[in-house]
Amino acid sequence: MSALIGQRGVSKRPELYISYEADMALFNTPAKRWSVLGLIALAALLPFVLTDDLLVLLARGFALAVGAIGLNLVTGYAGQVSLGHAFFVGLGAFTAAMVSGDPDGRQIGLGLPMIVWLPAAALVPAIIGALIAPIATRLKGLYLAIVTLGLVILGEHIFREARPITGGFGVGRPGVEAHLFGVSLTDTGAWFTGQQKTYWFALVLLAVLALLARNVARSAVGRAFAAVRDRDIAAEVIGVQLTRSKVLAFTISSAYAGVAGAVLYTITRQITPETFNLGMSVLFIAMVLIGGASTISGSIAGALFLTVVLRLSEELSRFASFIPPPGGRGGLLNSAQFSTVLYGLLIVGFLLFEPRGLFGVWIRIRNYWKGWPFSY
Amino acid sequence: MSQFLQALAQGLGQGSIYALIALGFVIIYKSTLVVSFAQPAFMITGSLFVVFLQEPLGFWGALAVGVVGTAILGLLIERLALRPMVGEPVFVVAIITIGVDIMLRVIQARLIGTDLRPIRDPWGFDSWILGDITIFQRDAARLAITLVIVAALFAFFKFSRFGLGMRAAAFDQETAMAQGINVGAVFAVSWALAGALAAVAGSLVDNGGSGISANTWVIALKALPAIIIGGLDSLGGAVIGGLAVGVVEALVGSYQSDLFPWLGSNFSVVSPYVLLLIVLMVRPYGLFGTPEVERV
Repeated sequence: MSALIGQRGVSKRPELYISYEADMALFNTPAKRWSVLGLIALAALLPFVLTDDLLVLLARGFALAVGAIGLNLVTGYAGQVSLGHAFFVGLGAFTAAMVSGDPDGRQIGLGLPMIVWLPAAALVPAIIGALIAPIATRLKGLYLAIVTLGLVILGEHIFREARPITGGFGVGRPGVEAHLFGVSLTDTGAWFTGQQKTYWFALVLLAVLALLARNVARSAVGRAFAAVRDRDIAAEVIGVQLTRSKVLAFTISSAYAGVAGAVLYTITRQITPETFNLGMSVLFIAMVLIGGASTISGSIAGALFLTVVLRLSEELSRFASFIPPPGGRGGLLNSAQFSTVLYGLLIVGFLLFEPRGLFGVWIRIRNYWKGWPFSY
Repeated sequence: MSQFLQALAQGLGQGSIYALIALGFVIIYKSTLVVSFAQPAFMITGSLFVVFLQEPLGFWGALAVGVVGTAILGLLIERLALRPMVGEPVFVVAIITIGVDIMLRVIQARLIGTDLRPIRDPWGFDSWILGDITIFQRDAARLAITLVIVAALFAFFKFSRFGLGMRAAAFDQETAMAQGINVGAVFAVSWALAGALAAVAGSLVDNGGSGISANTWVIALKALPAIIIGGLDSLGGAVIGGLAVGVVEALVGSYQSDLFPWLGSNFSVVSPYVLLLIVLMVRPYGLFGTPEVERV
């Protein structure tokens, strides 16, 4: 256990550390430990309070958070800009759907259990990511961004054309068939609804993967990533293997993206190939930047924030008569378009005024109360 | 052979559009080191000016208003969203331009609606027939207009005082500032130029009055492979890259269904990105780009 979360500090002296391990621990203050446990407990109890459609929204947020954490590892920590994340999300989603799918369905399905499809959804994107990464690591900065953009566009073409697996453009295939100990996670059962079960599934995966990512980030691997990001030549000089770090970052990030895709399409019951486009990649980038680059908690906050805010703003037509619902007449922008404008505004606004994202907002609030009633 | 020449002519015409947009990308990149992902929105802005003003002003009048209007839009965006970010990491600034692009395109999608909005340019579907190949006048017009603009731009950078200043600022901003060059004005003019070029591309983009739809912006993305193939900081490379992308796309479109049917339908649309990967594997800084020299 101590290997996973690190040691504890000195009792009753929250900021006194007598070992490096205690300083680097996952929960290096008691407040952190209790607030994280509290949040997880709260999140686990939400299905008893909230309605099913809100649970679906939150579960989607959790799934996207897994993807955002993955992108944050490669872009935030290792500094390698990737606009190709949607391609790996798609790979994971289609792998999971194919491995778990109905063998008698219209598309290829193997009908294997979760113990096979969940690792497969991580492994296949990870392998493809590791194969592509050596090409990508030759490039830097904006060249890399545009090449990964090309990857998404080529990937979308492949998804559209691989009809036996993906169902093809505009058709798609059914989502992932998730069963745990013989109980379907997506169909409503005797005790819980399908939405409640998929919510818990997404929550558990997010908690486990976030813990894992935080550990990657605070270990030697993560420090090597940060060194590569801050100054790659200097990192090489002090003995960080550049290519290995970059390939590793891409591989881990792709695996996270794959799992995110698998969870996302356990929640959404139909996968269409054209979903995995540039827009989805940009959405993940926006989540990372709005949440706060190179923070795991920020990625989760950014993903949940964007998912919830954008979905809620689509409901504005109920409250403001001058914003019609999508497809409705009149008004300057309908509510879906309004939501997209808000999305753009959030990206620009956060980068201009709070470059550290939601995490920066939190740090500011925390520091204010830490010194309260003094200003510092 | 005639199939080849036919595809070549069509590719050069389409490639001219990519070249115009690519030039805008490169001008912005050279002066501010930012890749502006807002170019698609600029292109559609130009198209929309022509769509809505061609009735009262005629095509050329609307084109002129569109060029000026889009240039002003470029100025505004540079001033409001980009100027405060000078000195920030280039990637973050690039994402800001994506945000700007998303906002502008929603408003444009609203203006376009679900219909196709035709542009009634003077050449329409007219064509010349030489032997057994058909050359559409619109392709010739696109190439001619692009070549004139490229010549004018190169003259501007080569001979005008301000163009020299822009080149100096691209070379080294601080030194240029110390020599009395107004670097802020250079940023502003680059964005205005990029907007104007994209607006010209936007008014030429319609294929014989078949119309601008809410998805036409995707065409502008193909300028990205063009600039990377040519090299991010090379104006000549942008033109050559743009034309190359157009020609490759047309050739693939013409031959692929017979030669490589297993690549799937509409492979020509994504072929520029394959070309991009191939070029970058050989030359990581594009054909004409300058390799970055780094000091620790």
